[in-house]
Amino acid sequence: MTLKHVTGLLCAAALSLVLAAGARAEDKVVKIGVIMPMSGGTASIGAHAKAAIEVAMDIINTAHPELGALPLAKNAGLAGLGGAKIEAVFADNQGNPATGQNQALRLITEDKVAAVFGAYQSGITLTSSAIAEKYGIPYLNSESVAANLTERGFKWFFRTTPIATDFAKAYVDFLADLKAQGAKTDSVALVHDNTEYGTSVANTIAMAFKEKGQTIAADVAYPVNATDVQGQVLQLKDKKPDVVIMISYTSDAILFAKTMQSLDYKPAVLLADDAGYSDPSFIKAVGKISQGVFNRSSWAVGPSGSPSAIIADMYKKKSGEEMDDTVGRQMQGFFVLADAIDRAGSTDPAKIQAALKATDLKPEQLMMGYKGVKFDDKGQNTLASGLIIQLQDGENYVAVWPKASAEKPPVLPYKGW
Amino acid sequence: MSFVLVQVIVGGLLLGAVYALFSSGLTLVWGMMNIVNFAHGDFVMLGMYVAYVVYTLMGGGPILGAPLATLVLATVGVVVYFALIRDIMKGPMLAQILGTFGLALLLRYSVFWWFGANFLSMPPNIVGGTYAFLGLRIEASRLLAGVVALLVTLGLHLLLTRTSLGSKMLAVAEDQTAAQLMGIRPDTMQAIAWAIAAGATGLAGALIANFFYIVPTVGETLGIVAFVTVSLGGFGSVPGALVAGLLIGVIESLSGYLIGAVYKDIVVYVLFLSFLWFRPQGLMGKM
Repeated sequence: MTLKHVTGLLCAAALSLVLAAGARAEDKVVKIGVIMPMSGGTASIGAHAKAAIEVAMDIINTAHPELGALPLAKNAGLAGLGGAKIEAVFADNQGNPATGQNQALRLITEDKVAAVFGAYQSGITLTSSAIAEKYGIPYLNSESVAANLTERGFKWFFRTTPIATDFAKAYVDFLADLKAQGAKTDSVALVHDNTEYGTSVANTIAMAFKEKGQTIAADVAYPVNATDVQGQVLQLKDKKPDVVIMISYTSDAILFAKTMQSLDYKPAVLLADDAGYSDPSFIKAVGKISQGVFNRSSWAVGPSGSPSAIIADMYKKKSGEEMDDTVGRQMQGFFVLADAIDRAGSTDPAKIQAALKATDLKPEQLMMGYKGVKFDDKGQNTLASGLIIQLQDGENYVAVWPKASAEKPPVLPYKGW
Repeated sequence: MSFVLVQVIVGGLLLGAVYALFSSGLTLVWGMMNIVNFAHGDFVMLGMYVAYVVYTLMGGGPILGAPLATLVLATVGVVVYFALIRDIMKGPMLAQILGTFGLALLLRYSVFWWFGANFLSMPPNIVGGTYAFLGLRIEASRLLAGVVALLVTLGLHLLLTRTSLGSKMLAVAEDQTAAQLMGIRPDTMQAIAWAIAAGATGLAGALIANFFYIVPTVGETLGIVAFVTVSLGGFGSVPGALVAGLLIGVIESLSGYLIGAVYKDIVVYVLFLSFLWFRPQGLMGKM
């Protein structure tokens, strides 16, 4: 036997061990398929999401009386199913809509999951939820903001996050407030990638400004995962808009920050639409040269000892990262789904669907700053809301708008580096 | 307006020089042994991580990081040659493609496992910030990468055409058996070619790391550019890669600025394909 054969056999042995461990039958387990970008350009998001879901499962599956009114925290497992445990089956969407669709199919037909949860990128949520719809399996989305996702007449699709239309309105109001305080916010430029997320959010924001009689001064689109964005930054430098709104995933967000510094370009107001700008690795990589960037969020850590602060601690222990808005919305969505399964008292898809439709969570039952969770006929959470945060010191975001929830007043103009 | 246009072109030239730098290794390996190295982009990625580790452990900039990355990657190149390439060269074309593709995934996911999926970045001013004159702004790190790219390309070209080592390497590329009869050991020559190619790629990675983000999948983004550069320049031609890299850089920048970035790839690839139609061997490649 040569070395190659030995290696081959060892690999096979290792593989079968892994498979055997995975296949070990656990009684009373409710499986939820979780589709996330575990590889590809947004893999950092997937890694954080996995840690967040694992923390959420820990909270659901073991007793956490310290978390107060949060549903499912008090006792171990799902009381409605005789203490059954939730088990997430993770699937990698590779940042690719077709792969996401295949993974949904696999989770539903082979892993027989009770519900599907995912899939971060709007474009992948679009394709993977179509499969769940076809098979009549509940699909909960917690973080994709493209408005059209809930405009498809789907019966099995539920979304807990605030969406592009909500944020577009918030941006318009926020900029109007800044203007009232004396800032120039008349000409607005949009910078976005060419994915479902980038194009649809850019459209929604443009529409919101048009309704207020404000036109978009420049619409700068670029291909996702760009190798170079000097041309785009120079376009902005040419057009001199007062406000630049960035709709970008992490890789491009970092490249833009670096290129803006090297070409010495600073708009008066730089406003980011979450995504890359909420990724902790963005802050670590270029936070210090992006001081003063505004961003949207529904997450606030709260006073120490509060449920949200305890959860943030648990997450930090698990992942080594600070809790951010994206993982917060994901955990919140996962809790809503688990709560519905608990109330359904069954893994029957129709019963879970009915329970999701009956969801009515109050703010004190949530870890995120939503006004509640209640779905409309389209499956959209009507009580989702958010606020504007600012990276004032280049290290931590603070809430700056609306005034009622602001920790600090907004600082203008954009400082950069 | 005209100033901006000059800035766009200068930016494109610097970008193109970097494209050329990380493409020269790919073209060299092809020229020497007709192997398309699909792991090439991931060699660039490894170079970036070496530079990053050097920076975090020793606080050293490119003066320390770049030579170390060259050395580490040259070693990786030799190891890869003896462990993988030497065997699959004897196999069918498909084995070569799958072999180097597998290597790409192995490298990518090993780095994933070790460093995690987070985006990393070198501190912004590690190479002297940005020079501004006459309204032009040139990032020192890009200028450094551009200058090194020109020097490395020139060096590789001289090595191949003016030294006895180069002649021996070309002899092996031309006819292995004949070279062997002349007392040249093909194995040694090809291992040296891999060391040089991988070393140049590692150097490129270490220099790009100063102005780009670092992530395990960055090889995917950069790898494609390398393949286009090499096919436009002519497989196997080092000066071809330089000219092609500069061309692509300027075309990308100009079309990105004038027509819009979403369309710049269309412009680049239409020009690329129509060029190959007239000259399938590329700018400076041999038929």
